[in-house]
Amino acid sequence: MADEPTSRRAFLRQTAAAGAGLVATAAALRAEGADPLIAQVQDYASAFGAPVDATPYGLPIRHEAHVVRRNVEWLTESPVSSINFTPIHALEGTITPQGCAFERHHSGAIELNKQDYRLMINGLVDRPLVFTFADLMRFPRRVLTSFCECAANGGMEWNGAQLEGAQFTHGMIHNMEYTGIPLRVLLEEAGVQPAGKWIYVEGHDASSNGRSIPLDKAMDDVLVAFFANGEALRMEHGYPVRLVVPGWEGNMWVKWVRRIGIYANAVESREETSKYTDLMPDGRARKWTWTMDAKSVVTSPSPQAPIQHGPGPMVITGLAWSGNGKIARVDVSTDGGVTWTPARLSGDVKPKALTRFHLDYIWDGSEMLLQARATDETGYVQPTKAALRAIRGVNSVYHNNGIQTWWVKVDGEVENVEIA
Amino acid sequence: MSKSRNLALGTALLAVTAAPVLAERLGLGRAALPEEVSAWDLSVQPDGTGLRAGSGDVLTGEEVFAEKCASCHGEFAEGLDSWPVLAGGDGSLRDPRPVKTVGSYWPYLSTVFDYVHRSMPFGGAQTVTVDETYAITAFLLYSNGLVEDDFVLSNENFLEVQMPNAGGFYVDDRVTAEYPGFTVEPCMTACLPAAPHVTKRAAELKVTPTDPDGKPAGTLPSLTMAAVIEPAPAEAEATPVEAEPEPAAAVDPELVAAGEKVFKKCAACHKVGEGAKNAVGPMLNGVLGKPAASVEGFKYSAALTGAGAGGMVWDAATLDGYLADPKGFIPKNKMAFAGLKKPEDRAALIAYLSQFAP
Repeated sequence: MADEPTSRRAFLRQTAAAGAGLVATAAALRAEGADPLIAQVQDYASAFGAPVDATPYGLPIRHEAHVVRRNVEWLTESPVSSINFTPIHALEGTITPQGCAFERHHSGAIELNKQDYRLMINGLVDRPLVFTFADLMRFPRRVLTSFCECAANGGMEWNGAQLEGAQFTHGMIHNMEYTGIPLRVLLEEAGVQPAGKWIYVEGHDASSNGRSIPLDKAMDDVLVAFFANGEALRMEHGYPVRLVVPGWEGNMWVKWVRRIGIYANAVESREETSKYTDLMPDGRARKWTWTMDAKSVVTSPSPQAPIQHGPGPMVITGLAWSGNGKIARVDVSTDGGVTWTPARLSGDVKPKALTRFHLDYIWDGSEMLLQARATDETGYVQPTKAALRAIRGVNSVYHNNGIQTWWVKVDGEVENVEIA
Repeated sequence: MSKSRNLALGTALLAVTAAPVLAERLGLGRAALPEEVSAWDLSVQPDGTGLRAGSGDVLTGEEVFAEKCASCHGEFAEGLDSWPVLAGGDGSLRDPRPVKTVGSYWPYLSTVFDYVHRSMPFGGAQTVTVDETYAITAFLLYSNGLVEDDFVLSNENFLEVQMPNAGGFYVDDRVTAEYPGFTVEPCMTACLPAAPHVTKRAAELKVTPTDPDGKPAGTLPSLTMAAVIEPAPAEAEATPVEAEPEPAAAVDPELVAAGEKVFKKCAACHKVGEGAKNAVGPMLNGVLGKPAASVEGFKYSAALTGAGAGGMVWDAATLDGYLADPKGFIPKNKMAFAGLKKPEDRAALIAYLSQFAP
């Protein structure tokens, strides 16, 4: 159903129902005569604008200054071991600009240059090797787009609705187009010995953030990346080299990669035992919960993107993704999950990448309990929060992919709520 | 026979030649030297792989912990503020508020050693020696009630230590435990028996950052009512009008900028600038010219309080000495920081700190 516009007939039927509201709005706009922005010559239509080179590397126009990463300070004790959130409520399409893509550091973002960069591969290999950045640039490259989602995205919501805004409830995610070397190529250069079943990847930064990855995944689609969205990685995203682990939790996407060790077993590092394990109601914990399950969220309207225009035509939009492949469909409910309407998947649908959905909708001005529900190509349907809690309780911290509810009120304001 | 065999051989050769270039080595990079591998491969695994020879006892561990770890984790590993709690929590994993500590949660002792040795202390990673790491690990076992105070941990007895929650983990089973139940035909109509109602509102918790107007931070501005935005500064205005006289001697802005970078090493614990509050360390606004241990509301070590009572004032000279060697300059103070070895880093940091009025 990708790119099929919503049935025109259905759209017109809805329009007729809400026609009264539409007319009123249009009349209000016409009431005061000629629009001076049209009738009078504006300065910008007469004088010069900014010259080329005014900003050799441009930033967004200042009118978009509110579209920035934001932190929730009480979540962490120190900003160098912390996280912030992508302003997904204000973005469209699927690619996240690096400058506003969420950051997660465990000991701060480090400034490392290409000349001083070294990558070591050691352990159960025929040839322990050291590469410079110049070496890496000579290996075959490929391009892939992938979402990177922190396992704790939505983790504050296990106990109930807590934060107001898609940025805060779902913003530990970004989606970029990476260019890099398939990790398989580097591992084959070193020659993995038959006893080597795991890789262990760590960063140059003080935290090292080491994570173990089974060799099968390492040889499948993992990328050693140095470009994102067509330009060098930004410092906060691991300049000059980071790991891209499609579909798997963001903590494994080691930044400033310094070493890849090949071992017979998982290292069971701090990041994969004391953190990033999911405590279950029986007091035991799931470990190695790597895959990010299918999930979606309406990004607009949402608490930070209220409906400002009153009843009538509107666009409901959001994002869907799955660590198990492509998104097959997204359904939207305006009544808290009683009835659902298929949304349109816009643009290319790529595996393990953000997918944009749109639903062209005529709002009658009444309250909505707005939800999105993703289904991926394996047939997995995004569960409700209640269904997840029934299995996992409320202390598992990570991997909350439950359906989000936004309460849209008659004035267009939106709240994050739980329903039953 | 020779003909068909040759043909077979030829086909095999062709297959090899036509194999994708990726399967061949490119010969890039160079051999990693054993001493380089030793310098970087510090990882330790549950079966003891990677463990280095050494030992440390509980009492030594307590001392090292007090010096390097307690400013965040507390003297008894109980965790200060929201810093990780390392001891206690025994039997709490089914509680509404589980306390996940080294004793109650961590399955492997190797993880403690590996993490302390490689990544701690926070802001001073890789400054703990192998023996100190054994000692800290021994102390953490002691603080969790798992060994007596005369315990000595070494590479010899490391694998004998059993962690209480070693059996508390199982491999992700979502594929069998969850996926079948969630892999269903999506319901489209009459999916709930009754219309749902709101049971919880995030708005009532008031924990979301807000904009000055009280709305959630980052709320999109109106598209019809233009916000009052200052016009873009014109080129001419960018030239500074006669600025107010600099307070005291003007400080080299480049040095200040360099100092701002150096301050990142301090920022985990110390705050400066507008609204700066005490954190793990005291806030540092107006530190230059201030008597030592005089920031209101901060609980100083006896050592630093003593220095302040003795009349010590933070000026360029005392700060330089302190920053060069915090423990040497004021023994037994509680700042867990190794110090700044480069004089230019200290000068830059002091210049930076001089910019913040009390």
